[in-house]
Amino acid sequence: MKILILGAGQVGSTVAESLVSEANDITVVDSDGEKLRQLQDRLDLRTLTGNAAHPSTLEQAGIADTDMLLAVTQSDEVNLVACKLAASLYNTPTRIARIRSVDYLNREEVFSADNFCVDFSICPEQILTEYIVKLIEFPEALQVLEFADGKASLVAVRAFAGGPLVGNPLRFLRSHMPQVDARVAAIFRKDSPIIPEGNTVIEEGDEIFFIAAADNIRSVLNEMRRMDEPSKRVMIVGGGNIGRRLAKALERDYQVKLIEYDKKSCERLAGELTNTLVLNGDGTDEKLMQQEHVDEVDVFCALTNDDENNIMSSLLAKQSGARKVVALINRSAYVSLLQGGKIDIALSPAQVTIGSLLAYVRQGDVAVVHSLRRGAAEALELVVHGDRQSSRVVGRRIDEIDLPKGATIGAIVRGDQVIMGHHDTLIEAEDHVIVFVINKKMVKKVEKLFQVSLGFF
Amino acid sequence: MQRALTVIHALGLMLVVFSAAYLMPVVTALIYADQTMLLDFLLAMAWTLVIGFLMWALTRRYKGELSIRHGYLLVVTMWTAMPLFATIPLLMMIPGLSFTDAYFETMSAMTTTGATVLTGLDNLPPAINVWRHELQWIGGLGVIVLAVAVLPLLGIGGRQLFKAETPGPMKESALTPRIADTARNLWIVYVAITLACIGALKWAGMDWLDAVCHGFSAMGLGGFSTHDASIGYFDSPLIEFVLIVFMLFAVINFATHFLAWRGKSFGVYLRDAEARAALGLILASCFGIAFFLWWQGVYAFWTALRHASFNLVSIATSSGYASVDYAQWPIFAPLWMMFLTAIAASSGSTGGGIKMIRTLVLVKQAGREFVKLLHPAAVNPMKIGGQVVANNIVFAVLGFIFLYFMTIVTLTFVLLISGMDFISAFTAVLASVNNCGPGLGTVGPASNYAGLTDFQTWVCAFGMLVGRLEIFTVLILFTPNFWRR
Repeated sequence: MKILILGAGQVGSTVAESLVSEANDITVVDSDGEKLRQLQDRLDLRTLTGNAAHPSTLEQAGIADTDMLLAVTQSDEVNLVACKLAASLYNTPTRIARIRSVDYLNREEVFSADNFCVDFSICPEQILTEYIVKLIEFPEALQVLEFADGKASLVAVRAFAGGPLVGNPLRFLRSHMPQVDARVAAIFRKDSPIIPEGNTVIEEGDEIFFIAAADNIRSVLNEMRRMDEPSKRVMIVGGGNIGRRLAKALERDYQVKLIEYDKKSCERLAGELTNTLVLNGDGTDEKLMQQEHVDEVDVFCALTNDDENNIMSSLLAKQSGARKVVALINRSAYVSLLQGGKIDIALSPAQVTIGSLLAYVRQGDVAVVHSLRRGAAEALELVVHGDRQSSRVVGRRIDEIDLPKGATIGAIVRGDQVIMGHHDTLIEAEDHVIVFVINKKMVKKVEKLFQVSLGFF
Repeated sequence: MQRALTVIHALGLMLVVFSAAYLMPVVTALIYADQTMLLDFLLAMAWTLVIGFLMWALTRRYKGELSIRHGYLLVVTMWTAMPLFATIPLLMMIPGLSFTDAYFETMSAMTTTGATVLTGLDNLPPAINVWRHELQWIGGLGVIVLAVAVLPLLGIGGRQLFKAETPGPMKESALTPRIADTARNLWIVYVAITLACIGALKWAGMDWLDAVCHGFSAMGLGGFSTHDASIGYFDSPLIEFVLIVFMLFAVINFATHFLAWRGKSFGVYLRDAEARAALGLILASCFGIAFFLWWQGVYAFWTALRHASFNLVSIATSSGYASVDYAQWPIFAPLWMMFLTAIAASSGSTGGGIKMIRTLVLVKQAGREFVKLLHPAAVNPMKIGGQVVANNIVFAVLGFIFLYFMTIVTLTFVLLISGMDFISAFTAVLASVNNCGPGLGTVGPASNYAGLTDFQTWVCAFGMLVGRLEIFTVLILFTPNFWRR
């Protein structure tokens, strides 16, 4: 596929990196030549320096035969204009724009074919905010990812002594909680994957991925570890786009304190937020932290733009007694270094948001893609079409499907119903199938398997 | 000197316009076929018209743009000159009335205070009564425009706040951009509600004269009545109820009424933080005082609720009608009512006092101080109705409150020096500065201000003017800096 990416910032370069590895032709446009040079040094792609909203730049970048336009520059307006130009001048089939401003997002008609012709809009800050909100709602989980509009969730949790299931085979889950339907999709023990079988014994320290209907998450989490008290007090460091959105999303249900360094931003934030206590200060200032009782905080989120600051302030908070600390870390090297250590959750914004973009790039009808374990594994929601003849999936039992080793069908969403994947479950057309892939290399094979063969048309 | 002449020019024009107000009592005199009244009012009208015209014509050379300083001077001279001319018919027609008392009466009317020195109201000629009530209504009209259009420009006591405080999603664009249009729109609303009030009062059982007079004084939140016994004369729960409703109407910002009327939505009232607070406080107080009176054994509960509601709403909205002698109630009740009169009225209404929005600012400022003590690093801007209030406005409000209290204290001391007892002196000052009307003690609802010495009468009249014009406007004229170039 020929893909044109506008903007080589955080989002643009992460998307480029992840798409290059999936054998696509990528062109990246940015006004900053230095950024592009760095990108080109690392990855096999074409770059072009210029204004992404100018037709001449777009033409040079080869928009005429591009299959997909990804407008992810810093500016909403540039992204909108680029999509409009791509649609009306060059007939680009798929146009995706990153839109941050709620003002635009609230008016869906802005994106319609009559106006700016944006097929899909993504807002990384919003995705990240929702992700963190889920983590705060389920403080025991490492990751909570939604499928089928939130009907089913994939939850990652670390097993701790005290959970009834720890030290027992997986089969026990079924007999212990007959009313709750959940399925363990994968287990990672000391960073290496184990294919879960009925007699696999869960050990302390295992990272477990399970799929359950949204209502059952809490009871399944309960099996894996002793439950903590629900979160009440949240402290956020950094009042940027993410911090602000998060505070806004949380301030009704939690006691939120927001620390921001810049006095002007503080005033703006305090004007915008109603129930949040906005504090002017440094997230690494231990005096301020003590004054604001960081030791009684349930969830501490370091969300500034600066990786090192986030790491230091969350380490400081953990040391001072914060129950759970979350740090936003852009550099992937840091993420793998810190995850599971003193910092409870190291969030990589790129990994969290890339999934929503990948879903559009993938072949076949992919509704959702979630990147797991820093991009090594993936969970996909695929919509199956066709019949027994045209599809290699529809009308078959799960054990009849020729899935590559390391890929498991976790659950099926049929209408409003969530069905756990057992060996004898029959797959019907239009089902949403949630597939867990331990190794990203197998994603291509899985997609191929779920595609409808040409005979269907 | 030139500045004074420019102001006189504008004032002359105002007086020419004001002379039209005499038409109302002239028509009344015609209806009642009262020859002497008719001639006297026509004469007074002619005097005002001629003097106003001369002031305007002789100073035509000095016609010019009014600066902010002119504004202060004009507003104050307007509010002193118009009562001055309005005394003409009173002096001509009420034998034995001194100029002091006549000026007190018209000042009380124009500032919508409603304190009176006249007794035997029931026997006054209808034209005089109409004149007194019409003055209150005109005073209310002037106050609304003053509050919504003029004072924000001058920025008195954090008045900028009210401009930004226009409720609802429309905010700044809510009212029309030009002062003249804004004023016209508000007048339309004011006139419309007044007509509704007059109609409702007629329906509730008043005769036309009483309905018109009380409609005027209710909308101006003045509180003049055509009877010595005030509303107690009618002894009608229905009339009391109608008046309660319209007084509560008048105590809300007329800009809010305008928005509600234009947007055809009731939600505007709910979004107006000031109206919410004012109405909430008044209604809660009604029930509280009713319960208190019942508990103290003054009335049975339902009677208590009726009398508490009417008199409390009347005093809290700074109208000043009375249906019973509430000064006889246990002291908590009337003092609480006097307290409400100081704070409850909305900005941009015809009520007086500190205004609810400033009260909200004070309360929130106190809350901010607490937060600041607990969280020294907190950034905690003041918000009213979801809008951030800038610190300089908060300071302006604090300055206003200080001057307000100092005015009350100083004037109370002056009255005490002149020989009044404390409770009369204190409540007379409160009632004057808050433009409420009756106080307690010798100036209570059962009596009036007739018993005051000339000096005390002038002090109260000054209090009314200062309170009506938001203190700063008047006091600024006494600062040397104002007169320096």
